[in-house]
Amino acid sequence: MTATAPETEAPDTAGLEAVFEAAVAADERIEPRDWMPDAYRATLVRQMAQHAHSEIIGMQPEANWITRAPSLRRKAILMAKVQDEAGHGLYLYSAAETLGTGREELLDKLHAGRQRYSSIFNYPTLTWADVGAIGWLVDGAAITNQVPLCRCSYGPYARAMVRICKEESFHQRQGYELLLTLSRGTPAQHAMAQDAVDRWWWPSLMMFGPPDDASAHSAQSMAWKIKRHSNDELRQRFVDICVPQAESLGLTLPDPDLRWNEERGHYDFGPIDWDEFHEVLRGNGPCNDQRLAQRRRAHEEGAWVREAAAAYAAKHGEATA
Amino acid sequence: MTTVVPERAALALGDDALVLSHRLGEWAGHAPVLEEEVALANIALDLLGQARTLLSLVGDEDDLAFLREERAFRNVQLVEQPNGDFAHTIARQLYFSAYQELLYGQLAASDTVFAPLAAKAVKEVAYHRDHAEHWTLRLGDGTDESRRRMRHALDALWRYTGELFEPVEGLPVDGPALREGWLGRITGVLERAGLALPEGPQHTPWAAGGGRQGIHTEPFGRMLAEMQHLHRSHPGASW
Ligand SMILES: [Fe+2]
Ligand SMILES: [Fe+2]
Repeated sequence: MTATAPETEAPDTAGLEAVFEAAVAADERIEPRDWMPDAYRATLVRQMAQHAHSEIIGMQPEANWITRAPSLRRKAILMAKVQDEAGHGLYLYSAAETLGTGREELLDKLHAGRQRYSSIFNYPTLTWADVGAIGWLVDGAAITNQVPLCRCSYGPYARAMVRICKEESFHQRQGYELLLTLSRGTPAQHAMAQDAVDRWWWPSLMMFGPPDDASAHSAQSMAWKIKRHSNDELRQRFVDICVPQAESLGLTLPDPDLRWNEERGHYDFGPIDWDEFHEVLRGNGPCNDQRLAQRRRAHEEGAWVREAAAAYAAKHGEATA
Repeated sequence: MTTVVPERAALALGDDALVLSHRLGEWAGHAPVLEEEVALANIALDLLGQARTLLSLVGDEDDLAFLREERAFRNVQLVEQPNGDFAHTIARQLYFSAYQELLYGQLAASDTVFAPLAAKAVKEVAYHRDHAEHWTLRLGDGTDESRRRMRHALDALWRYTGELFEPVEGLPVDGPALREGWLGRITGVLERAGLALPEGPQHTPWAAGGGRQGIHTEPFGRMLAEMQHLHRSHPGASW
């Protein structure tokens, strides 16, 4: 890979750092060939990799329902959605590659359990309504998290996020519409929708990460304008969006403490079970092993295909160049 | 332009597309490389779109897809064959997309109710065939293992190819020309890939008939059980 720091490593790091800081302060974009602090680069690679991994692991819980989708229209929507997530993975691995870390290396780290993906995908999709709940809540939370990333200081990441956010908002609306259809359908369908929302609500709130006073990377990321809002701010924003939507859906959210706080101008909500969050993060969620095993299996079973493509390219590369 | 839709023909074409789309959908999350997640889903979505148009010509698409019994499906047995490894999926794609492209080419120029659909779909199918050929070359001329797997897959599926050229009621197709064009295409690709054309019969010897007569292979029943289960569990519900 070539897109690392400038070839001529200048002795005057302080000067370069000042240029970098000024660019970030002026809301300019940092581009792959610009000088950047090592820690900034490492943070971005880690975050983009985790994001890319989340896209491709996130295909699994929804792909679980493609073959059982109850109408051909829903089947087409779901297949297109899962395909979009694969596309998001592609954009994000490419964005990470601009900083000199290739997709193969990142996948190896994912498969070895050395890089994370969003914990939300360690929960199972038990009924068809879970497809709707994921669209509405999980894609919804992802949008809340990611819209600010469209203004992230690193150019390739910000640009990838602009494309991705457009598609995620489709997913969110499709999920909402799926749930609405169920909620207004037969009593069994309504119950299926309520059950899914009951199971996905709290894990969705955990998607914003630990509370601000316990968040390890937040402050530096905010200073670098990789992150624009704190975890708790984004979580509150998400709750405020969801409560009226749940009402329109005719569904309830499983939190007895949820109520409008006139003074704050926000909804208050109950305490999050951070023990569950940390347990799932530690690998003890309901599907951690299953998700990683499927990913590894697909990769290992596909090795001979990738080798064949590489061998063919080596044989015929010169001829077509 | 005839206005009466030949039901047998619409079901044959629609079921081919529906069933193959379903099989390709099973790859989601399992493809050997991320680009193939996107490509296989693209093909599955094209086929599902074709299936919906075709089935809607003769009834409610969901009733037809989810409420028919196995014996009422008219797809060829080739498309219902399980995915197997990536080489099997590619061999199935190669055989079927080459057939479907030629078939839709003929139908696009025909005076039938299928002409508009075929004219649109033939462009999609050209991409499917291109994708299958691309991989046939890579697997045939890649490594020893990929060549072995591809040869095995081509051989294993060969006996489901004869059925593609049997006449279908209401489908004004020149069968012999279709077969000749198909064989020419397949031979050409396999030659470029350094693979031999499979030998042996293109049919099974069983006289009961094939998919077009509603006789299917054992894996198909399981496929339908999975596909239809949820829809059938909630009679009359909308989704
Ligand atoms: Fe996504
Ligand atoms: Fe999404």
